[in-house]
Formats: sequence, structure tokens, C-alpha cells
Amino acid sequence: MSAADFRTCPVTSLKIDPRGELLVKANAVVAVVSLLIGAIAAVLLVLTRWQAVHLLPAEWFYRILGVHGMSMLIFFIIFFEMAVLIFASTALLNARMVTPKLGWTAFALMLGGAVMVEVIMWAGKADVLFTSYVPLKADPLYYLGIILFAVGALLVCGLFFANLVVAKREQTYSGSLPLVVYGAVTAAIIAVITLLHGAAIYIPTFLWSLGLMEVDPQIYRLIWWGLGHSSQQINVAAMVAIWYMLGALTIGAVVLNEKISRSAFVLYILFISMASAHHLLVDPGMGSAWKIVNTSYFMYMAVLASMIHGFTVPAGMELGQRLRGIGTGLFGWLKQAPWGDPGFSSLVFSVVVFGFVGGITGVTIGTEQINIIVHNTLRVPGHFHATVVSGTAMAFMGATYYLIPLVFQRKVAFWGLAKIQPYLFAGGMFIFVMSMTFAGTFGVPRRHWDISFSQAPFDVAFNPAVDVLLAFVALGGLIAATGAFIFVAIAVKSVFFGEPIGTLVPGVAVRGLPQGITSPPRHAPDVDRRNEELHAPGQGWLGPAPGTMVLVFIFLAAFIVYFFVNWKVLSFVWKIG
Amino acid sequence: MLTETHTGLQSPKGNWWKPAHKSERVWVGIAFGWCMVLFAMMPLWQVKGGQNPSGIRRKVDPAAFYARTQEFIAQYRIGDDRGMPIVAPPPGSDIYLTAMSFQWTPILQLEQGKEYILHLSSLDVNHGFSLYPINVNFQVVPGYDYGLRVTPTAAGDFRIICNEFCGIGHHTMVGRVIVVDSTGNLPAQSGGI
Repeated sequence: MSAADFRTCPVTSLKIDPRGELLVKANAVVAVVSLLIGAIAAVLLVLTRWQAVHLLPAEWFYRILGVHGMSMLIFFIIFFEMAVLIFASTALLNARMVTPKLGWTAFALMLGGAVMVEVIMWAGKADVLFTSYVPLKADPLYYLGIILFAVGALLVCGLFFANLVVAKREQTYSGSLPLVVYGAVTAAIIAVITLLHGAAIYIPTFLWSLGLMEVDPQIYRLIWWGLGHSSQQINVAAMVAIWYMLGALTIGAVVLNEKISRSAFVLYILFISMASAHHLLVDPGMGSAWKIVNTSYFMYMAVLASMIHGFTVPAGMELGQRLRGIGTGLFGWLKQAPWGDPGFSSLVFSVVVFGFVGGITGVTIGTEQINIIVHNTLRVPGHFHATVVSGTAMAFMGATYYLIPLVFQRKVAFWGLAKIQPYLFAGGMFIFVMSMTFAGTFGVPRRHWDISFSQAPFDVAFNPAVDVLLAFVALGGLIAATGAFIFVAIAVKSVFFGEPIGTLVPGVAVRGLPQGITSPPRHAPDVDRRNEELHAPGQGWLGPAPGTMVLVFIFLAAFIVYFFVNWKVLSFVWKIG
Repeated sequence: MLTETHTGLQSPKGNWWKPAHKSERVWVGIAFGWCMVLFAMMPLWQVKGGQNPSGIRRKVDPAAFYARTQEFIAQYRIGDDRGMPIVAPPPGSDIYLTAMSFQWTPILQLEQGKEYILHLSSLDVNHGFSLYPINVNFQVVPGYDYGLRVTPTAAGDFRIICNEFCGIGHHTMVGRVIVVDSTGNLPAQSGGI
């Protein structure tokens, strides 16, 4: 295609291929619809686990729980990630979308598979929950739908790599890939590993459901979690890439050191797919050596990667602010940040809750022995809602506030609501996650319709505090769901009925456009000199981002305390060996 | 010389493989050290700790496991509760607990401070062994025998909750474990630790 077919983005000056952009739009829209279905399911679920309300009958509770898992963890997240992959491999590189037709074929496969799965689940033919542990059996079409979806997603990953190769060959950019695209490459590689696990388990399971072969329940758990957990690691890589992107767009965050950040992404690729073991720590199938090596991602090398990003992302933000002369003292850069920009507030909440809550709880409960007091209790969903929802989904929402003007070229609708949406969503999820985690420490099981055990042969009476905690789970869940509904309303209104962004005058605020769009954070021409100054030895060992150094040490202290408290609690239970 | 200042959206110019600032290296070093501590705790607890999920593991035919459980029940049965046999095996013996939708068979009566080898397996689908209220959890997988050396440290009347979704009656699946003290009695305040 000729260069004339590209449009030039008025904000970023990037050259955009409209054929790629259309695919980004389609995938993003389906992602938002999936989010809506998942959020409606979430409301029904929290109103059931809140024992005083106990809304759904048992059958529908388990059914809707399956719907919630598939709609959120698979459809919402992966459709959004497909949008990110196409965006990163075309728009961010001034590059063209190769074979858009194949892109639409992949999209059709994914959409067809997703619709098939949803229909089967709502029809009550797949009451096997998200994990569908063999030998619980669903309708064969359920497994077939997932296979079609996975094949489509695999195709998009292939197109992503093809786009990169063509961009390199056509020299649409010079030098190395930008760090954000490098993060997207990481996500795509992990996605390929994950989807191959998916094929390795769902194809045999599909055949098993037709009565054509046997599937061992333990092998199923091993390989299924190669899909189930690794897919969450696609999220981590994509989310970290978005952190770097939002930091750059909102406050001109810089890359502290390419070597360190890129090495951390490589650690993800090498080690993060071992996390299937997190789910098998108290299983009979594997021995301790296997469990210890795998659950720790080979001596916590992927945790090291996250701890590096957990430093470099905020440090890059801090340095970006300092280089523009914003803020004094340790935390002035944070105080004077654009908290009314939903892209920025989403970014901060995503980083903080993912790290402090999701990261610390995840590593701790994924410890071989500590898992004995955690497995299948509410502490597990407490953990992963802090990572996938408060972390990934929050980051995706923040990115959307920029994608609406940049890709769809519309103003963000309901701007007043958009500014508070991240606070509502993050605040609600925080209450939800903390209450759920504490309820889990009492041994309250996850995926359970009735913890009053009214129909059980023997009485079980949880500590009364559990009832209060579950009420708070519902409260937090309802607040967060409200935030999700507002997000969906904003996205739909902006995309389909939104006002065009029109001509922008840099520095003039426009209602409906984030500050990073109307006043892009630009660094002064002498920025390199300022950067050298901030890096000078005279600045002390806290370096160019001293505020972040203080924050990461607070993080480390919280991590150490939480980790060892859990060992102490474990030491009180029965002797087991 | 530092790399030209740039954001994550821009291609770095020239050679970017450059040493990081000391502060960044300090953090990476500390993080690495902490990762080693996280790792070392697991093998250390295998040696020094009292709670490990290693167990004795083997594949088993579900029907054979159930037959062994029935044999075990016949051997040590001391009574019934709500139609479920109560079994009081001698300390040190192999004891069997079969999970099936939606019950735990049988009721176990154990002695405080004595070790038993608890064998867990399932007749049908995955189940979750969750000991209430002390919150000890294990996965019960059909076709696998999970043998765990357990020593109850306190007397009481315990429950086993199923915490792996096993079907529509999942939430009714509750079993019972009784732990008596050295005099053979339950403590006055029975009902847990």
C-alpha cells in the first residue's frame, strides 16, 4: 500500500495504518462486551456469597461462576491483548498491518469460539467451572469453542511477529524496538507458550468428551495450569508494557536503563511459564523437588523480574517528572502529578495494588509449604483479583482512556465520571481483595455456594467475623462493578457516539481529553544535561529517583513481614510430612 | 555517558547496553538476595519444619482404594454417626479416607500427639480436603493415593470441608474427624482447637 493510505496521528505524529486500526477497534470492542458480561456475573456472585442475601440458587451460582471466569480471564483479557499486540506492532512502529484478511479470520475464529462457549455455559451444558477439571465433563462443543478461540489467538500472535519482521525490513523505525513494543513481544512469546499448552490439553479433553480417549486427572491439572496460570503471565507482561506506555504518555516517564528493563522481560520469557506448579503444591502427582523448583520459577527469577519493573517503572516516572522540573523533595513528583487524568491514576493504582497486594500475597501463597494453609481457600481469589483485576484490568482501563482519542479519535464521554472511575474501581477492588484474603485465612473455601452448610450432614460454624468479611467482599465487589459499568458506558458512548477530537492546540485543555493528549509531556532540549546532573555521584547513592528508592524499601519490608508471618502461622497447624 | 533520554515509546538511540546507576544496581542486588531467601526457606522447611506436603505418592485404582477403605472400616469400626461409620485405628497405622460426591468416608477417631499415615483418594472427580477449623488443605485426585504422615496436635471435633468444586452438591460435602486426648476423651469445649 502507498504511504498516502496512512493517517498521521496529530498527537504523537505516528503514522497509522487504518487497516490495523480497524482490527484494534474490533478486538477492543469485543473485549469491553466481555467485560460487561463478566461484571454482571460478578454482581450476582458477590450477592450470593454474602450469606445474608444469598441471591442465586446453587446450580446458577456455579454456572455463573464459570461464566465470570471465562468472560473475564479469557475473553476480556485476551481480546484486549490482541488489540494491544496489533497496536504495538503497527501504530507504535509506523508500520503496516500485513495480511489484514488473516487478522479478520483470526478475529472471526476467536469471536465464534467465544460465542460458542458462552452459549453452552449459559445453557447449563458446561457446569464445570473455569478449570473444567477432568473427569468433570462438559458438552464437547464447550471444549471445541475454546480450541477455536485459542487457534484464533495463536494466529494473531503469528501476525504480530509478521508485522514486526515487515516493519524491520521496511525500516519504519530505526535502532532497537521501543521498550513498550519489546514488552509486547514478551507477552506474545508467553502467549504462544500458553496457547500451545491450551492445545495440548483441550484437544485431548475434547476427544475424551467424545469418548475417544482417556485423560489422566493429574496430567490434566499439570498441563491445564500451563494454560491457566501462564495466560496470567501474558497479562503481567502486557500490563508492564502498558505501565511504561502510560508513564510516557501521562508524565513523560523515561527509561532508566534499557539493559535492566529488557533483561527483566527476558527473565519473564525464560522462567514465568513454570507457574503451573502454583496450583499443584498440595497435589499427589509431583514430588517436592519438582514443586520447589517450579513454583519458584527456578529460584524466583521471574519474581526478580517483577521486582525490577516494580522499581524501574515508578523510578522512570519520578525521573521523567524531575527532568521536567516538576516537584521538589522526595515525593513532590507524585504530589504534583496529574491525578485528575484517569490514565495516570489508573497507572498508579495498577502498580501499587499489583505490587503490594498481588505480588506479595502471590509469592507467599505459592511457597510449597505455606500453600497447605491456603490452597482453595478464599485467599487464592483474593490474590489473583489483586493481580488480574486491580493490576491488569486497571492498567487496560487506563490505556483505554488514551486509546479512545489516539485510535478512535474521539473525546472520552462522561468526562467527569471518567476522572473518578479509576478511584471507584481500584477502591472497590481493594476492599474486595483485602476482605476476601482475610476471610480465606479462616479457611473459608473458594467456589462455594453455602458456607453456612445448611444442607450438610455435620455442622460447620465459621467465626462470626467471616460473615462481616463476606459482606465487605460484596460491598467492595459492588463498588468495583459500578466502576466497571461506568467504564463500559464511557467506552461504548465514546466509541460509537463520541465527539471527534477536532483540532488540538497544545497546552489548551479540552474537556474529554486526558492531559497527556492536550499538553503532551515534553522534555526540554537540554534534557540530557539535566539527566547527567541527576545521575551525578554527588546526588548520593539513592540516585536519580530517591523517592522510588524509599518506596521500594517500604515494599520490601512489607514483603518480609508478610512472608514470615505466614511461616509462623503454618507452624501452628498439625504436624504433617 | 548515558543513553540519550527517551521514553518507552521511543527507540533508544545507539548502543543502550550500558551500566545502570548504582542505586538501580543496589536494588537489583537486594531483590536477588531476597529471592534467594524466598527459595531457601522451602528446602530448609523440608529438613527443619513440621509441615510438608511431600507425602507418599502412588497411582491407585479407585475401586481398589475403596475396597481398602472398606477393609479398614471393618477392622477398626467403633460406632456410627448419622449412618457414617466411626473408625478408631491404632496410632502409627495406615488410615484411609475416601472422597466421593458428596461425602467423606469414614469418620476418623485419632489420638492427640500420635502419628498416622493418612491416605487420601477419590472415587470419582477431584475433591479438596480442608480440615476445619485449623485450615489444612490438600488436593484429592482420583487415581492417586496421597499418603501424609499426620500428627494431630490438639484434641477436638473437626470437620472436613470439600474445597474443590465437585458438582452440584459440593457445598453439602462435609466429613468429620475426632481427636481424643491421652485419656481417650474429647475436651469439654469440643468443636475445634
